[in-house]
Amino acid sequence: MSTETVIAFIEQRENEIKKASLEALSVCVKLADKSNKKSIAVLVGGTFDSYDKISATGVRKIIHVTSPELNLYSASAYAEIFANICKEETATLVFFANTLLGKDLAPRISVRLEAGIGMDCVDLTSEGQEFIATRPIFAGKALQQFQVLTKIKIFSLRPNVFPVVTPGSSPDLETVRKDSANNNLAIKVSELKKASGKMDVSEADIIVSGGRGMKGPEHFPLIETLADTLGAAVGASRAVVDAGWRPHGEQVGQTGKTVSPTLYFACGISGAIQHLAGMSSSKFIVAINKDKDAPIFSVADYGIVGDLFEILPLLTEEIKRVKS
Amino acid sequence: MNIGVCISHVPDTASKIKLSEDHSGIDYTGVPFIINPYDEFAMEEALKTKEKSGGTTYALSLGKDTVKESLRKALATGIDEAVHIKTELELDSFSVAKNLAEEIKALNLELLFLGKQSVDFDSGSVGQMLSELLGMNCITNCVSLEINGTEIKAEREIEGGREVVVTALPAIITAQKGLNEPRYASLKGIMAAKKKTIAEKEAVFTDSRINVLKYLSPQGKSSGKILGSDAGGVKELVRLLKEEAKVL
Repeated sequence: MSTETVIAFIEQRENEIKKASLEALSVCVKLADKSNKKSIAVLVGGTFDSYDKISATGVRKIIHVTSPELNLYSASAYAEIFANICKEETATLVFFANTLLGKDLAPRISVRLEAGIGMDCVDLTSEGQEFIATRPIFAGKALQQFQVLTKIKIFSLRPNVFPVVTPGSSPDLETVRKDSANNNLAIKVSELKKASGKMDVSEADIIVSGGRGMKGPEHFPLIETLADTLGAAVGASRAVVDAGWRPHGEQVGQTGKTVSPTLYFACGISGAIQHLAGMSSSKFIVAINKDKDAPIFSVADYGIVGDLFEILPLLTEEIKRVKS
Repeated sequence: MNIGVCISHVPDTASKIKLSEDHSGIDYTGVPFIINPYDEFAMEEALKTKEKSGGTTYALSLGKDTVKESLRKALATGIDEAVHIKTELELDSFSVAKNLAEEIKALNLELLFLGKQSVDFDSGSVGQMLSELLGMNCITNCVSLEINGTEIKAEREIEGGREVVVTALPAIITAQKGLNEPRYASLKGIMAAKKKTIAEKEAVFTDSRINVLKYLSPQGKSSGKILGSDAGGVKELVRLLKEEAKVL
């Protein structure tokens, strides 16, 4: 076996392993096995009794770097620790999940490792040592296919695109736990403020979005009730965010969040090009709009032309009925 | 304090993106360009910081001669000085960062603002790369910012909440929507900006660490099913979601 390795960064928040990290790890393990290199998962911070979720991917080595100082993200400390591990383990290929943490950390690591980097990749194919990656640009209005030219290559993978593969624990799994002292805390998260119980559009499997057709902020409970019934996140178009009806964190589109959930409901959203760019890679799209010529119908799998003030309550009731 | 803002000159978000015939590039013919929307928040924060703490503000932009249009707008909005780093090449994030780093050192900038990403190539990497190249502390995706002396406290948006992040100058802040309300250029500002000189530098780092093979258009969807607008249509929709799409 080669001494070179393939490493995935594993993100934890409040001792929860991010699913997107397991997706990146699954790609890491597959490509490591294919090239006869050791796959390594590197987890920073948190306290864990077992690493079941990580080991289930068949990874060969788990390195967990711990310190109470590292439970919350510190860009400076994480960058130093993770880059050093990549060097010690002679990583030639490094994976991140393109979460808010991954987006922050991966470019820092690329400078430290003198590695070329591809952010937000949605496809990766390998041919021997060569990799061809694909990433959306212009929020998905086009795609770019590229190769990384440096010896060490870094790919940050879009969440919810690559599957988590769990062949089970590797028979020769090695687990290393290291305490970390003298951490570089020049940049440090001092507090985590959670939005009150709300799910974020960037992590949701189902999103229910409302647009100008909702006619006012007072009608958004219709959207919220449907979202609650589905266990979905609430999204919004730029028009309603700019009008102050909804917080900007809910905005989906080119100047908001680019999302690719399993199911996306566009309610009273006409489908401006910058909105379509941000959501058209959703697996299934439902459009409800009174204008039959609205561009949103061109990307919808299912559409209802009609009055959403009548349709949304009916839809909520019907879903409740089917689910019970 | 010398305060910088990096500005990308990007296609308007309302425009369609057309590929060149051989798919080797993007056909920008007839596409209107704007200041990257996230850079508007970065610029506003630079202006606000100067109003509070004094100093000089610099706008930096890298690219073809057309980026001067956005630099001119930055001057009109109140930025003091503008620097154009000239290149005809499409550079990767790292080369962009290397070129900007040279200029940031030369200008002795202590605080630098960028948009959290450019809405063209969407990498969102230049701020973090600059921080590594220059030894400045970088906080990305910021929706609030307080500077007290050399101490910085910012809130960055993450999935389902915010992180309160503390660091110190010299620092780099990348701006997310919500950080502030960008101002408009005044007529007086627009007139004054016309007379200002934009400094010109040549980009020195042109090696890219990635090689773009080709550009593709996203796969179009075949048109979906339009269902009735009554209770029957709703029932049919839920049935299709459950039985055909298998997502409920």
